[in-house]
Amino acid sequence: MRENFRKQINKLESRVIMMAQAVGTAIQLSVKALTERDMETAQKIIRDDDLINRQRWEIEEDCVNLIAMQQPVASDLREMISIMNIITDLERMGDHAEGIAKIVQLIGKEDPVTPFVDIPVMAEKVVAMLDKSMDAFSRRDAKGAEAICGLDDEVDALNDKVYHHMIQCMINQPQTVTRATYQIWASRNLERIADHVTNICERIVYLATGSMHKLPNTSKY
Amino acid sequence: MAFTTRVSIENLNLFYGDFHAIKGVQMQVPKNNVTALIGPSGCGKSTLLRCINRMNDLIEGTRLEGRIVIDDQNILSPETDVVLLRKKVGMVFQRPNVFDQSILNNLKFGLRIHRQMRSKTESMDLIQKGLEDVGLWDILKDRLHQNARQLSLEQQQRLCIARVLLLLPEVILLDEPCSSLDPIATMRIEELLRVLREKYTLVIVTHNMQQAARASDYTGFMYMGELIEFGATQGIFTAPRKELTENYITGHFG
Repeated sequence: MRENFRKQINKLESRVIMMAQAVGTAIQLSVKALTERDMETAQKIIRDDDLINRQRWEIEEDCVNLIAMQQPVASDLREMISIMNIITDLERMGDHAEGIAKIVQLIGKEDPVTPFVDIPVMAEKVVAMLDKSMDAFSRRDAKGAEAICGLDDEVDALNDKVYHHMIQCMINQPQTVTRATYQIWASRNLERIADHVTNICERIVYLATGSMHKLPNTSKY
Repeated sequence: MAFTTRVSIENLNLFYGDFHAIKGVQMQVPKNNVTALIGPSGCGKSTLLRCINRMNDLIEGTRLEGRIVIDDQNILSPETDVVLLRKKVGMVFQRPNVFDQSILNNLKFGLRIHRQMRSKTESMDLIQKGLEDVGLWDILKDRLHQNARQLSLEQQQRLCIARVLLLLPEVILLDEPCSSLDPIATMRIEELLRVLREKYTLVIVTHNMQQAARASDYTGFMYMGELIEFGATQGIFTAPRKELTENYITGHFG
Protein backbone atom coordinates (compact mmCIF):
# COMPACT_ATOMS: atom_id res chain seq x y z
CA MET A 1 0.00 0.00 0.00
CA ARG A 2 1.24 3.41 -0.99
CA GLU A 3 4.61 1.86 -1.66
CA ASN A 4 5.66 4.72 -3.84
CA PHE A 5 4.89 7.24 -1.09
CA ARG A 6 6.81 5.18 1.47
CA LYS A 7 9.79 5.04 -0.88
CA GLN A 8 9.72 8.80 -1.26
CA ILE A 9 9.63 9.31 2.51
CA ASN A 10 12.54 6.90 2.97
CA LYS A 11 14.53 8.81 0.37
CA LEU A 12 13.83 12.07 2.19
CA GLU A 13 15.01 10.51 5.44
CA SER A 14 18.30 9.49 3.84
CA ARG A 15 18.76 12.99 2.49
CA VAL A 16 18.20 14.48 5.96
CA ILE A 17 20.87 12.17 7.34
CA MET A 18 23.24 13.11 4.52
CA MET A 19 22.62 16.79 5.20
CA ALA A 20 23.39 16.18 8.89
CA GLN A 21 26.66 14.51 7.90
CA ALA A 22 27.62 17.53 5.81
CA VAL A 23 26.82 19.81 8.76
CA GLY A 24 28.84 17.61 11.14
CA THR A 25 31.82 17.77 8.79
CA ALA A 26 31.51 21.57 8.54
CA ILE A 27 31.54 21.87 12.35
CA GLN A 28 34.59 19.63 12.73
CA LEU A 29 36.48 21.40 9.96
CA SER A 30 35.62 24.86 11.29
CA VAL A 31 37.12 24.06 14.70
CA LYS A 32 40.13 22.42 13.07
CA ALA A 33 40.60 25.58 10.97
CA LEU A 34 40.32 27.64 14.15
CA THR A 35 42.90 25.68 16.11
CA GLU A 36 45.30 25.55 13.15
CA ARG A 37 44.51 29.07 11.85
CA ASP A 38 43.91 27.44 8.45
CA MET A 39 42.53 30.16 6.16
CA GLU A 40 42.04 27.87 3.19
CA THR A 41 39.79 25.48 5.08
CA ALA A 42 37.88 28.44 6.55
CA GLN A 43 37.29 29.74 3.05
CA LYS A 44 36.08 26.32 1.91
CA ILE A 45 33.58 26.06 4.79
CA ILE A 46 32.16 29.48 3.93
CA ARG A 47 31.83 28.49 0.31
CA ASP A 48 30.31 25.07 1.06
CA ASP A 49 27.66 26.50 3.33
CA ASP A 50 25.72 27.28 0.16
CA LEU A 51 25.53 23.56 -0.53
CA ILE A 52 24.02 22.96 2.91
CA ASN A 53 21.52 25.77 2.34
CA ARG A 54 20.60 24.33 -1.02
CA GLN A 55 20.00 20.88 0.50
CA ARG A 56 17.64 22.47 2.99
CA TRP A 57 15.56 24.15 0.25
CA GLU A 58 15.47 21.03 -1.87
CA ILE A 59 14.30 18.80 0.99
CA GLU A 60 11.76 21.40 2.09
CA GLU A 61 10.37 21.68 -1.43
CA ASP A 62 10.02 17.91 -1.67
CA CYS A 63 8.21 17.88 1.70
CA VAL A 64 5.79 20.55 0.47
CA ASN A 65 5.14 18.56 -2.70
CA LEU A 66 4.58 15.35 -0.77
CA ILE A 67 2.17 17.07 1.61
CA ALA A 68 0.24 18.59 -1.31
CA MET A 69 0.17 15.44 -3.38
CA GLN A 70 0.05 12.58 -0.90
CA GLN A 71 -1.96 14.17 1.92
CA PRO A 72 -0.01 12.40 4.66
CA VAL A 73 -1.70 11.79 8.00
CA ALA A 74 -0.66 10.49 11.44
CA SER A 75 2.97 9.31 11.57
CA ASP A 76 3.52 10.21 7.91
CA LEU A 77 2.34 13.77 8.56
CA ARG A 78 4.44 14.01 11.72
CA GLU A 79 7.43 12.87 9.72
CA MET A 80 6.95 15.60 7.10
CA ILE A 81 6.56 18.26 9.80
CA SER A 82 9.54 16.92 11.74
CA ILE A 83 11.77 16.81 8.69
CA MET A 84 10.88 20.39 7.79
CA ASN A 85 11.85 21.52 11.28
CA ILE A 86 14.96 19.35 11.50
CA ILE A 87 16.40 20.70 8.26
CA THR A 88 15.84 24.26 9.44
CA ASP A 89 17.90 23.50 12.55
CA LEU A 90 20.56 21.73 10.47
CA GLU A 91 20.80 24.72 8.17
CA ARG A 92 21.27 27.07 11.15
CA MET A 93 23.94 24.75 12.53
CA GLY A 94 25.71 25.06 9.18
CA ASP A 95 25.50 28.84 9.57
CA HIS A 96 27.18 28.57 12.97
CA ALA A 97 30.00 26.49 11.45
CA GLU A 98 30.34 29.20 8.83
CA GLY A 99 30.35 31.72 11.70
CA ILE A 100 33.35 29.96 13.24
CA ALA A 101 35.09 29.97 9.83
CA LYS A 102 34.56 33.74 9.65
CA ILE A 103 36.07 34.10 13.12
CA VAL A 104 39.11 32.19 11.80
CA GLN A 105 39.43 34.87 9.13
CA LEU A 106 39.11 37.64 11.74
CA ILE A 107 41.78 36.11 13.97
CA GLY A 108 44.14 35.62 11.03
CA LYS A 109 47.52 34.15 11.85
CA GLU A 110 47.63 35.60 15.36
CA ASP A 111 48.07 33.27 18.30
CA PRO A 112 45.07 32.66 20.54
CA VAL A 113 44.88 34.25 23.98
CA THR A 114 45.36 30.82 25.50
CA PRO A 115 45.68 27.55 23.55
CA PHE A 116 42.36 26.08 22.43
CA VAL A 117 41.52 23.33 24.89
CA ASP A 118 37.81 23.46 25.66
CA ILE A 119 36.57 24.52 22.22
CA PRO A 120 37.76 21.32 20.44
CA VAL A 121 36.13 19.29 23.23
CA MET A 122 32.87 21.19 22.68
CA ALA A 123 33.09 20.49 18.95
CA GLU A 124 33.55 16.78 19.61
CA LYS A 125 30.57 16.77 21.93
CA VAL A 126 28.21 18.62 19.56
CA VAL A 127 29.15 16.40 16.63
CA ALA A 128 28.57 13.32 18.81
CA MET A 129 25.18 14.78 19.81
CA LEU A 130 24.33 15.33 16.16
CA ASP A 131 25.33 11.77 15.19
CA LYS A 132 23.30 10.34 18.05
CA SER A 133 20.30 12.46 17.11
CA MET A 134 20.36 11.10 13.55
CA ASP A 135 20.61 7.58 14.92
CA ALA A 136 17.55 8.26 17.11
CA PHE A 137 15.80 9.83 14.10
CA SER A 138 16.27 6.78 11.91
CA ARG A 139 15.16 4.47 14.72
CA ARG A 140 12.25 6.67 15.90
CA ASP A 141 13.84 6.45 19.34
CA ALA A 142 12.18 9.00 21.64
CA LYS A 143 14.11 7.88 24.73
CA GLY A 144 17.41 8.06 22.87
CA ALA A 145 16.53 11.57 21.69
CA GLU A 146 15.67 12.71 25.21
CA ALA A 147 18.96 11.35 26.56
CA ILE A 148 20.93 13.49 24.09
CA CYS A 149 19.71 16.64 25.81
CA GLY A 150 21.81 15.77 28.85
CA LEU A 151 24.89 16.32 26.70
CA ASP A 152 23.70 19.85 25.95
CA ASP A 153 24.32 20.69 29.61
CA GLU A 154 27.94 19.58 29.26
CA VAL A 155 28.39 21.85 26.25
CA ASP A 156 26.78 24.74 28.16
CA ALA A 157 29.15 24.15 31.09
CA LEU A 158 32.16 24.28 28.75
CA ASN A 159 30.85 27.45 27.14
CA ASP A 160 30.55 29.01 30.61
CA LYS A 161 34.09 27.95 31.37
CA VAL A 162 35.47 29.50 28.17
CA TYR A 163 33.49 32.69 28.78
CA HIS A 164 34.74 33.20 32.33
CA HIS A 165 38.27 32.28 31.43
CA MET A 166 38.31 34.80 28.55
CA ILE A 167 36.80 37.54 30.72
CA GLN A 168 39.57 36.90 33.23
CA CYS A 169 42.15 37.18 30.44
CA MET A 170 40.66 40.48 29.32
CA ILE A 171 40.80 41.86 32.85
CA ASN A 172 44.39 40.73 33.34
CA GLN A 173 45.65 41.68 29.87
CA PRO A 174 43.44 44.32 28.22
CA GLN A 175 45.42 43.98 24.97
CA THR A 176 43.76 40.54 24.53
CA VAL A 177 40.22 41.95 24.45
CA THR A 178 39.72 41.51 20.69
CA ARG A 179 41.18 38.03 20.44
CA ALA A 180 39.45 36.85 23.62
CA THR A 181 36.13 38.15 22.26
CA TYR A 182 36.65 36.06 19.11
CA GLN A 183 37.22 33.00 21.26
CA ILE A 184 34.01 33.70 23.18
CA TRP A 185 32.16 34.00 19.87
CA ALA A 186 33.51 30.67 18.62
CA SER A 187 32.46 28.99 21.84
CA ARG A 188 29.04 30.63 21.67
CA ASN A 189 28.56 29.27 18.12
CA LEU A 190 29.19 25.75 19.39
CA GLU A 191 26.84 26.26 22.30
CA ARG A 192 24.09 27.36 19.88
CA ILE A 193 24.77 24.31 17.69
CA ALA A 194 24.10 22.08 20.70
CA ASP A 195 20.80 23.94 21.28
CA HIS A 196 19.78 23.19 17.71
CA VAL A 197 20.49 19.50 18.28
CA THR A 198 18.14 19.73 21.27
CA ASN A 199 15.47 21.17 18.96
CA ILE A 200 16.04 18.27 16.58
CA CYS A 201 15.59 15.86 19.48
CA GLU A 202 12.27 17.50 20.36
CA ARG A 203 11.12 16.84 16.80
CA ILE A 204 12.23 13.21 17.04
CA VAL A 205 10.16 12.81 20.21
CA TYR A 206 7.20 14.37 18.35
CA LEU A 207 7.76 12.06 15.39
CA ALA A 208 7.95 8.97 17.61
CA THR A 209 5.21 9.79 20.10
CA GLY A 210 3.08 12.63 18.75
CA SER A 211 3.84 14.68 21.83
CA MET A 212 5.03 18.23 21.17
CA HIS A 213 6.96 19.63 24.11
CA LYS A 214 10.19 21.29 25.13
CA LEU A 215 12.79 18.85 26.40
CA PRO A 216 14.19 19.71 29.81
CA ASN A 217 17.71 21.05 29.98
CA THR A 218 19.41 23.46 32.28
CA SER A 219 20.60 25.82 29.57
CA LYS A 220 21.17 29.33 30.86
CA TYR A 221 20.93 30.78 27.37
CA MET B 1 7.18 20.87 -19.68
CA ALA B 2 9.48 18.29 -21.14
CA PHE B 3 7.54 15.24 -22.24
CA THR B 4 6.69 13.26 -25.35
CA THR B 5 3.15 13.87 -26.51
CA ARG B 6 1.03 10.73 -26.94
CA VAL B 7 -2.30 12.37 -27.72
CA SER B 8 -2.54 15.88 -29.10
CA ILE B 9 -5.87 17.63 -28.60
CA GLU B 10 -6.04 20.64 -30.90
CA ASN B 11 -8.64 23.37 -30.65
CA LEU B 12 -11.35 20.88 -29.78
CA ASN B 13 -14.98 22.02 -29.64
CA LEU B 14 -17.89 19.74 -28.89
CA PHE B 15 -21.58 20.57 -29.15
CA TYR B 16 -24.49 18.54 -27.85
CA GLY B 17 -27.13 20.10 -30.11
CA ASP B 18 -26.90 23.80 -29.21
CA PHE B 19 -24.96 23.23 -26.03
CA HIS B 20 -21.27 24.06 -26.36
CA ALA B 21 -19.78 21.46 -24.00
CA ILE B 22 -16.07 21.63 -24.86
CA LYS B 23 -14.66 25.02 -25.77
CA GLY B 24 -11.45 25.25 -27.75
CA VAL B 25 -9.44 22.79 -25.69
CA GLN B 26 -5.73 22.51 -26.48
CA MET B 27 -3.95 19.80 -24.56
CA GLN B 28 -0.96 17.55 -25.04
CA VAL B 29 -1.31 14.25 -23.19
CA PRO B 30 2.16 13.14 -22.07
CA LYS B 31 3.30 9.65 -22.96
CA ASN B 32 3.85 7.14 -20.13
CA ASN B 33 2.39 9.42 -17.54
CA VAL B 34 -0.87 9.64 -15.61
CA THR B 35 -2.84 12.72 -16.59
CA ALA B 36 -5.79 13.69 -14.41
CA LEU B 37 -8.71 15.82 -15.47
CA ILE B 38 -10.39 17.63 -12.59
CA GLY B 39 -13.17 20.17 -12.30
CA PRO B 40 -16.70 20.58 -10.96
CA SER B 41 -19.56 18.36 -12.17
CA GLY B 42 -20.62 19.22 -15.68
CA CYS B 43 -17.36 20.98 -16.55
CA GLY B 44 -16.78 18.67 -19.51
CA LYS B 45 -13.99 16.48 -18.15
CA SER B 46 -15.74 13.16 -18.91
CA THR B 47 -16.88 14.48 -22.27
CA LEU B 48 -13.30 15.42 -23.13
CA LEU B 49 -12.09 11.99 -22.03
CA ARG B 50 -14.69 10.26 -24.18
CA CYS B 51 -13.58 12.23 -27.22
CA ILE B 52 -10.23 10.45 -27.10
CA ASN B 53 -11.79 7.13 -28.13
CA ARG B 54 -14.84 8.58 -29.86
CA MET B 55 -17.30 7.34 -27.25
CA ASN B 56 -19.37 10.48 -27.77
CA ASP B 57 -20.23 9.22 -31.28
CA LEU B 58 -22.84 7.13 -29.52
CA ILE B 59 -24.71 10.24 -28.35
CA GLU B 60 -27.04 11.63 -30.95
CA GLY B 61 -26.68 15.28 -31.90
CA THR B 62 -22.98 15.44 -31.00
CA ARG B 63 -20.86 17.63 -33.24
CA LEU B 64 -17.09 17.90 -33.01
CA GLU B 65 -14.67 20.48 -34.35
CA GLY B 66 -10.88 20.45 -34.09
CA ARG B 67 -8.46 17.58 -34.08
CA ILE B 68 -7.27 14.82 -31.82
CA VAL B 69 -4.03 13.39 -33.16
CA ILE B 70 -2.70 9.98 -32.20
CA ASP B 71 0.21 8.57 -34.21
CA ASP B 72 -0.05 11.35 -36.82
CA GLN B 73 -3.66 10.49 -37.47
CA ASN B 74 -6.63 12.72 -36.71
CA ILE B 75 -8.87 10.21 -34.97
CA LEU B 76 -11.89 12.47 -35.43
CA SER B 77 -11.81 12.04 -39.20
CA PRO B 78 -14.65 9.93 -40.63
CA GLU B 79 -12.16 7.44 -42.06
CA THR B 80 -11.01 6.36 -38.60
CA ASP B 81 -11.76 2.74 -37.80
CA VAL B 82 -13.45 3.29 -34.45
CA VAL B 83 -13.17 -0.35 -33.38
CA LEU B 84 -9.43 -0.29 -33.92
CA LEU B 85 -9.22 3.09 -32.21
CA ARG B 86 -10.96 1.73 -29.12
CA LYS B 87 -8.51 -1.16 -29.06
CA LYS B 88 -5.62 1.28 -29.10
CA VAL B 89 -7.35 3.60 -26.63
CA GLY B 90 -8.97 1.41 -23.99
CA MET B 91 -11.45 2.59 -21.41
CA VAL B 92 -12.30 1.76 -17.81
CA PHE B 93 -15.58 3.00 -16.38
CA GLN B 94 -16.91 4.27 -13.08
CA ARG B 95 -18.48 0.99 -12.03
CA PRO B 96 -16.73 -2.23 -12.94
CA ASN B 97 -18.74 -3.58 -15.87
CA VAL B 98 -17.89 -7.26 -15.72
CA PHE B 99 -20.14 -9.67 -17.61
CA ASP B 100 -22.22 -12.18 -15.71
CA GLN B 101 -19.88 -14.92 -16.81
CA SER B 102 -16.69 -16.63 -15.75
CA ILE B 103 -13.53 -14.63 -15.13
CA LEU B 104 -11.98 -16.40 -18.08
CA ASN B 105 -14.83 -15.53 -20.45
CA ASN B 106 -14.65 -11.93 -19.34
CA LEU B 107 -11.03 -11.86 -20.35
CA LYS B 108 -11.52 -13.75 -23.60
CA PHE B 109 -14.35 -11.47 -24.68
CA GLY B 110 -12.23 -8.62 -25.95
CA LEU B 111 -9.82 -10.98 -27.64
CA ARG B 112 -12.75 -12.57 -29.48
CA ILE B 113 -14.28 -9.26 -30.56
CA HIS B 114 -11.01 -8.10 -31.93
CA ARG B 115 -10.27 -11.51 -33.44
CA GLN B 116 -7.18 -11.75 -31.34
CA MET B 117 -7.80 -15.31 -30.22
CA ARG B 118 -4.64 -17.19 -30.94
CA SER B 119 -3.70 -20.70 -29.94
CA LYS B 120 -4.97 -21.76 -26.54
CA THR B 121 -1.54 -21.47 -24.95
CA GLU B 122 -0.93 -18.10 -26.50
CA SER B 123 -4.24 -16.74 -25.23
CA MET B 124 -3.62 -18.18 -21.79
CA ASP B 125 -0.19 -16.56 -21.70
CA LEU B 126 -1.77 -13.26 -22.60
CA ILE B 127 -4.47 -13.69 -19.96
CA GLN B 128 -1.91 -14.60 -17.33
CA LYS B 129 0.18 -11.56 -18.25
CA GLY B 130 -2.88 -9.28 -18.05
CA LEU B 131 -3.88 -10.61 -14.65
CA GLU B 132 -0.31 -10.33 -13.40
CA ASP B 133 -0.16 -6.71 -14.50
CA VAL B 134 -3.16 -5.87 -12.35
CA GLY B 135 -2.00 -8.00 -9.42
CA LEU B 136 -4.77 -10.62 -9.73
CA TRP B 137 -3.00 -13.68 -11.13
CA ASP B 138 -1.97 -15.23 -7.83
CA ILE B 139 -5.42 -14.69 -6.35
CA LEU B 140 -7.43 -15.88 -9.33
CA LYS B 141 -5.30 -18.42 -11.18
CA ASP B 142 -7.17 -21.36 -9.63
CA ARG B 143 -10.60 -19.74 -9.86
CA LEU B 144 -10.74 -18.66 -13.48
CA HIS B 145 -14.05 -20.45 -14.04
CA GLN B 146 -15.74 -18.69 -11.15
CA ASN B 147 -18.33 -16.04 -12.03
CA ALA B 148 -16.67 -12.61 -12.19
CA ARG B 149 -19.58 -11.00 -10.32
CA GLN B 150 -18.53 -12.90 -7.20
CA LEU B 151 -15.34 -10.90 -6.97
CA SER B 152 -15.02 -7.83 -4.73
CA LEU B 153 -15.67 -4.51 -6.46
CA GLU B 154 -11.97 -3.72 -6.38
CA GLN B 155 -11.12 -7.07 -7.97
CA GLN B 156 -13.85 -6.52 -10.56
CA GLN B 157 -12.35 -3.15 -11.43
CA ARG B 158 -8.90 -4.71 -11.68
CA LEU B 159 -10.38 -7.39 -13.94
CA CYS B 160 -11.84 -4.65 -16.16
CA ILE B 161 -8.41 -3.07 -16.38
CA ALA B 162 -6.88 -6.47 -17.22
CA ARG B 163 -9.52 -6.91 -19.94
CA VAL B 164 -8.38 -3.64 -21.48
CA LEU B 165 -4.70 -4.59 -21.16
CA LEU B 166 -5.20 -7.85 -23.06
CA LEU B 167 -5.91 -5.87 -26.21
CA LEU B 168 -2.47 -4.30 -25.90
CA PRO B 169 -3.73 -0.70 -25.85
CA GLU B 170 -1.40 2.27 -25.84
CA VAL B 171 -3.64 4.73 -24.06
CA ILE B 172 -6.03 3.89 -21.23
CA LEU B 173 -8.87 6.22 -20.31
CA LEU B 174 -10.33 5.89 -16.82
CA ASP B 175 -13.58 7.61 -15.97
CA GLU B 176 -13.74 7.90 -12.17
CA PRO B 177 -12.50 4.34 -11.78
CA CYS B 178 -12.47 4.42 -7.98
CA SER B 179 -15.81 6.06 -7.26
CA SER B 180 -17.43 2.78 -6.23
CA LEU B 181 -14.45 1.61 -4.17
CA ASP B 182 -13.56 2.07 -0.51
CA PRO B 183 -10.48 4.14 0.42
CA ILE B 184 -8.13 1.17 0.78
CA ALA B 185 -9.16 -0.34 -2.57
CA THR B 186 -8.87 3.15 -4.06
CA MET B 187 -5.28 3.47 -2.90
CA ARG B 188 -4.44 0.05 -4.29
CA ILE B 189 -5.85 1.04 -7.69
CA GLU B 190 -3.86 4.29 -7.50
CA GLU B 191 -0.70 2.26 -6.88
CA LEU B 192 -1.62 0.13 -9.89
CA LEU B 193 -1.88 3.24 -12.08
CA ARG B 194 1.68 4.16 -11.08
CA VAL B 195 2.89 0.76 -12.24
CA LEU B 196 0.85 0.80 -15.46
CA ARG B 197 2.17 4.16 -16.60
CA GLU B 198 5.54 2.55 -17.26
CA LYS B 199 3.95 0.80 -20.24
CA TYR B 200 0.89 2.87 -21.03
CA THR B 201 -0.34 6.44 -21.23
CA LEU B 202 -3.18 6.96 -18.78
CA VAL B 203 -5.83 9.67 -18.57
CA ILE B 204 -8.07 9.66 -15.53
CA VAL B 205 -11.15 11.73 -14.81
CA THR B 206 -11.76 12.17 -11.14
CA HIS B 207 -13.97 14.34 -8.98
CA ASN B 208 -11.65 13.56 -6.13
CA MET B 209 -8.96 16.23 -6.16
CA GLN B 210 -6.84 14.40 -3.60
CA GLN B 211 -6.81 11.43 -5.92
CA ALA B 212 -5.58 13.58 -8.80
CA ALA B 213 -2.84 14.93 -6.53
CA ARG B 214 -1.81 11.48 -5.34
CA ALA B 215 -2.04 9.48 -8.51
CA SER B 216 -1.23 11.75 -11.43
CA ASP B 217 1.85 13.32 -12.96
CA TYR B 218 -0.03 16.00 -14.89
CA THR B 219 -3.34 17.66 -14.14
CA GLY B 220 -5.79 19.59 -16.26
CA PHE B 221 -8.38 21.75 -14.53
CA MET B 222 -11.59 22.25 -16.50
CA TYR B 223 -14.36 24.73 -15.87
CA MET B 224 -17.49 25.25 -17.97
CA GLY B 225 -16.08 23.40 -20.95
CA GLU B 226 -12.73 25.17 -20.96
CA LEU B 227 -9.36 23.82 -19.99
CA ILE B 228 -8.36 26.54 -17.55
CA GLU B 229 -4.95 25.23 -16.60
CA PHE B 230 -2.78 22.26 -17.47
CA GLY B 231 0.56 21.42 -15.93
CA ALA B 232 2.64 19.15 -13.72
CA THR B 233 0.46 17.98 -10.82
CA GLN B 234 3.08 19.15 -8.35
CA GLY B 235 2.82 22.71 -9.67
CA ILE B 236 -0.98 22.70 -9.89
CA PHE B 237 -1.31 21.59 -6.27
CA THR B 238 1.38 23.80 -4.74
CA ALA B 239 1.31 26.97 -6.84
CA PRO B 240 -1.33 27.05 -9.58
CA ARG B 241 -0.95 29.89 -12.06
CA LYS B 242 -4.64 30.68 -12.46
CA GLU B 243 -6.83 32.12 -9.73
CA LEU B 244 -9.76 29.93 -10.79
CA THR B 245 -7.65 26.79 -10.29
CA GLU B 246 -6.48 28.05 -6.90
CA ASN B 247 -10.07 28.73 -5.83
CA TYR B 248 -11.24 25.32 -6.95
CA ILE B 249 -8.51 23.21 -5.41
CA THR B 250 -8.57 25.14 -2.13
CA GLY B 251 -12.34 24.78 -1.97
CA HIS B 252 -12.90 28.56 -2.07
CA PHE B 253 -15.02 28.27 -5.13
CA GLY B 254 -17.72 30.70 -6.21
